Amino acid sequence: MTAFLPVLILLTSLVPAIATFFLREESARLRNTFSLGGAVLKLALVGVMLVEVAGGTVYETRFAFAPGLYLLLRADALSLLFITLSAFLWLLTTIYAIAYFGTSSDLSRFFGFFSLCVAATTGLALSGTLITFFIFYEILTLSTWPLVVHKGDGASLAAGRRYLAYTMPGAAALLVAIIWLESATGPIEFTIAAPLRDLDIWSLRAIFALFIAGIGVKAALVPLHGWLPAAMAAPAPVSALLHAVAVVKAGAFGIVRIVYDVFGTTLVDELAMGLPLAILASFTILYASARALRQVDIKRRLAFSTVSQVSYIVLGTALIGPFALIGGLVHLVHQGLMKITLFFCAGIYAERAHIHRIDELDGIGPRMPWTSVCFSIGAMGMIGVPPIAGFVSKWYLGIGGLQSGQPWVIVVLGASSLLNAAYFLPLLYRMWFRSAPGATERERPREYPLGLIAPPVITAFASVATGLLAGSSLSPLAWATLIVERYYLP
Amino acid sequence: MGPLSGQGTIWLALLIAAPLAAALLSVVSGRYARPVALASIALMLSLSGILVTLVAQGPLRIAVGGWSAPLGIALAADGLSAGFVAVTAVVMGIVMLSALPQFAPRGDGETGESRAGYAFWPLAFFLWAALNAIFLSGDLFNLYVALELLTLAAIGLVAIEGKAETIAAALRYALFALFGSLAYLLGAVFLYAAYGTLDMALLAEIAEADGATIAAGALMTAGLAAKTALFPFHAWLPPAHSGAPAPASAILSGLVPKASFYIAVRLWFDVLPGAAGEIMPVVLGALGTLAIVYGSLLAMRQERLKLIVAYSTVAQIGYLFLIFPLAGGSADPQPWAAGAWTGAMFHAFSHAAAKASMFLSAGLFLHAVGHDRIDGLKGIARHMPMTAFAFALASVTLMGLPPSGGFTAKYLLLTASFAGGQEIWSAAMILGGLMAALYLFRPLGRAFSRAGEGAARPAPVSRLLQLAPLALACLSILIGIASAGPYDFLQIGRPVSAEEGLE
Repeated sequence: MTAFLPVLILLTSLVPAIATFFLREESARLRNTFSLGGAVLKLALVGVMLVEVAGGTVYETRFAFAPGLYLLLRADALSLLFITLSAFLWLLTTIYAIAYFGTSSDLSRFFGFFSLCVAATTGLALSGTLITFFIFYEILTLSTWPLVVHKGDGASLAAGRRYLAYTMPGAAALLVAIIWLESATGPIEFTIAAPLRDLDIWSLRAIFALFIAGIGVKAALVPLHGWLPAAMAAPAPVSALLHAVAVVKAGAFGIVRIVYDVFGTTLVDELAMGLPLAILASFTILYASARALRQVDIKRRLAFSTVSQVSYIVLGTALIGPFALIGGLVHLVHQGLMKITLFFCAGIYAERAHIHRIDELDGIGPRMPWTSVCFSIGAMGMIGVPPIAGFVSKWYLGIGGLQSGQPWVIVVLGASSLLNAAYFLPLLYRMWFRSAPGATERERPREYPLGLIAPPVITAFASVATGLLAGSSLSPLAWATLIVERYYLP
Repeated sequence: MGPLSGQGTIWLALLIAAPLAAALLSVVSGRYARPVALASIALMLSLSGILVTLVAQGPLRIAVGGWSAPLGIALAADGLSAGFVAVTAVVMGIVMLSALPQFAPRGDGETGESRAGYAFWPLAFFLWAALNAIFLSGDLFNLYVALELLTLAAIGLVAIEGKAETIAAALRYALFALFGSLAYLLGAVFLYAAYGTLDMALLAEIAEADGATIAAGALMTAGLAAKTALFPFHAWLPPAHSGAPAPASAILSGLVPKASFYIAVRLWFDVLPGAAGEIMPVVLGALGTLAIVYGSLLAMRQERLKLIVAYSTVAQIGYLFLIFPLAGGSADPQPWAAGAWTGAMFHAFSHAAAKASMFLSAGLFLHAVGHDRIDGLKGIARHMPMTAFAFALASVTLMGLPPSGGFTAKYLLLTASFAGGQEIWSAAMILGGLMAALYLFRPLGRAFSRAGEGAARPAPVSRLLQLAPLALACLSILIGIASAGPYDFLQIGRPVSAEEGLE
């Protein structure tokens, strides 16, 4: 069975996706069984695989298309970092979404595409070749669009158009980069060093830039980030998916693959492309934080915060050094946990208390304690307050910057933390220290049902736990270290 | 040729004779139209299946009536012919099944006696016979005759409802087709004058790349381009394809232009290989590029769904003609030429399925809403999720996104253009994909949006009927997922090995 494990893991999301499309709107129970069953099964299979891969096993499954075009599913330590995160958060987001939507309409369609998104993310994480990566990258784009426009109102459709306006040209850039490269070198597998030096240095630089431009759209690198704040029009579970489980993470993950597995650190150094990428990432971190400061809508502020935070991962990759990469990779997980907590909470505020703007948060803390505590933990983690997870990422990134001879990174991290504090602390202040405007004091918004409240509690707890227990051998940090050891200590 | 020739004779002839018989039978079938159609479709699907299994063991070539070339009527089948026959069979089969309720309703046959119902079945089977004749002919004059029959049947299908505007569209179609036929015939006459034969295999052996031969080939190509609706000969296509009833449009847009394209490919790759020189492939590629850009631009501006889909055909036909610069002419010795050639065929096949699916979807939407303005599609995804999904899947193929036949085609063509140092053509393909997204997400966005307050509830459409476009759309996706088998199959009987130059 082990040879089929990557395929099985892919199918745990793909089969529920396809089955859900054929369900009638009324069969809610069956639909939820498919989604939850798939998610639980997937988590179990991922657990098995984690143990095996930690022991050094590598899974490979090949599937031939036309000559030079084949699908390769391959599970290595880096794939598993991403899969474990998305499988865990998929389960929680599904629980949350079932509670969030209740009995509204078009749910078969929603959950079908939702599972398809996760299937695409899984495939992307398991991709062993550039073309496999591209195929799943595009399936992800296509299956996300119906979720972004799910509400079907003008704002959602505009957000959907914006999403496509960024992702479609991005995909075109990525395809050109892949074909340009592969027409000179043959199919590129991530584990096999391709004869890239057959191309001249400027072609290689252009190809690298095309890769970053194509994948940078999903990673929301400035100036390719415009779709992400616009996508706030989508329902809260979709935001969680975009910001934490799938889409922006796919971008960040892709950039790690390109730098470390396609070009390789030596060649990126020779091409002198690492520093420009690090500068772009730093600029994104600071610029998006500054933009976040000025947003009055909670979800928009969170969205700009994501743009900023995801670039930590890109920065860690671009600095090219073991500590920086550990910081970047571990932030992939940490940012996911913290940001999904924030979006879960923002969704609860919107649904239960009709709070959308920051100035409406006054005094909500004592009135919605569960939600507000979780939100506060997520926000503090983003700022980098120890012992919450965000601190660990920043610590490693800082050391990594020094190690790579780029001490200015410390300044960027410091400035970014200040900005994070500047845009999150006012929210916490309003929640806990301002009193609520008189009339609404008596009607206390209820925090129900359990399915809506439990997921943020779990992820908030996980954000604290991964930070507190970062030193243990089961933490994301330990896994990121394992990945980096395999890159740097062959 | 080979031990299979004797066995193959009957099947090749039957593939052309059976639909002709079905056409005649459905003229007189009256109230038995339904069983006759069903039985004929089943027969044709099995015959096509048999052809595929025969060709899988090696190419076939026979002389009907025992006369060998240059006197007899030569029929031949290689991987390419069998591929086209098979795709035609599946697309025709599904489209005609979905046309049963419209043109041969159950019951006492009262409604089936309408003029459109009476004419549809003979015309469709006639068209099927003509298509198979084109794909199986080994002789340029036979091809001319079959092409004429095809055009006649197609024009008939355009005008089938007898409305004033469709008759005008049919007349315009006839005018272009007439020019095309004359040009083709003139070219064929030149070839016959020079070599004394029109048998394709014989010509391939004796034809030389002199001025007269190339001029003849160019004339024939111009005629074929007019029939394929290659820019700038496209003007007849949108009104003709959007005006016909949905099942007719599906056949006309999905299959008919591919037949004349197929002849052009046979002409330059099999009959006159190496004669194209430098200029002609570039001219054809440039026209293809213009078709992609111009057709997409016009598709973006349409407000009616069937017109969007029809202009999209104008654009998609453009990709096919990139085969000439990427695989023909001076690109022939390039390592990826075979990849480009096969890529164009993948495009032809997946476009056939996807476009037929789209026209059937458009027909169902039209039935549900009463018109096909895209503003009327608001909220249709909730009412008809299956059809909306089919339309979306077919769109994925037309945009050339994975996983679909359109993507496999685009991948092969793009790789050939980069590997052969002809990056310029890849710009056309990339741009075409983006423009396809622009014109296809317009109706898709409407379908996924919420219906306005007080909008009329769409008429119900049977789920069985909605299955037809979904099946075709899935086929267009499957061609991409299971592309290894078709890729190898298409190489059967090809002069150059497909794997040549590939690591």
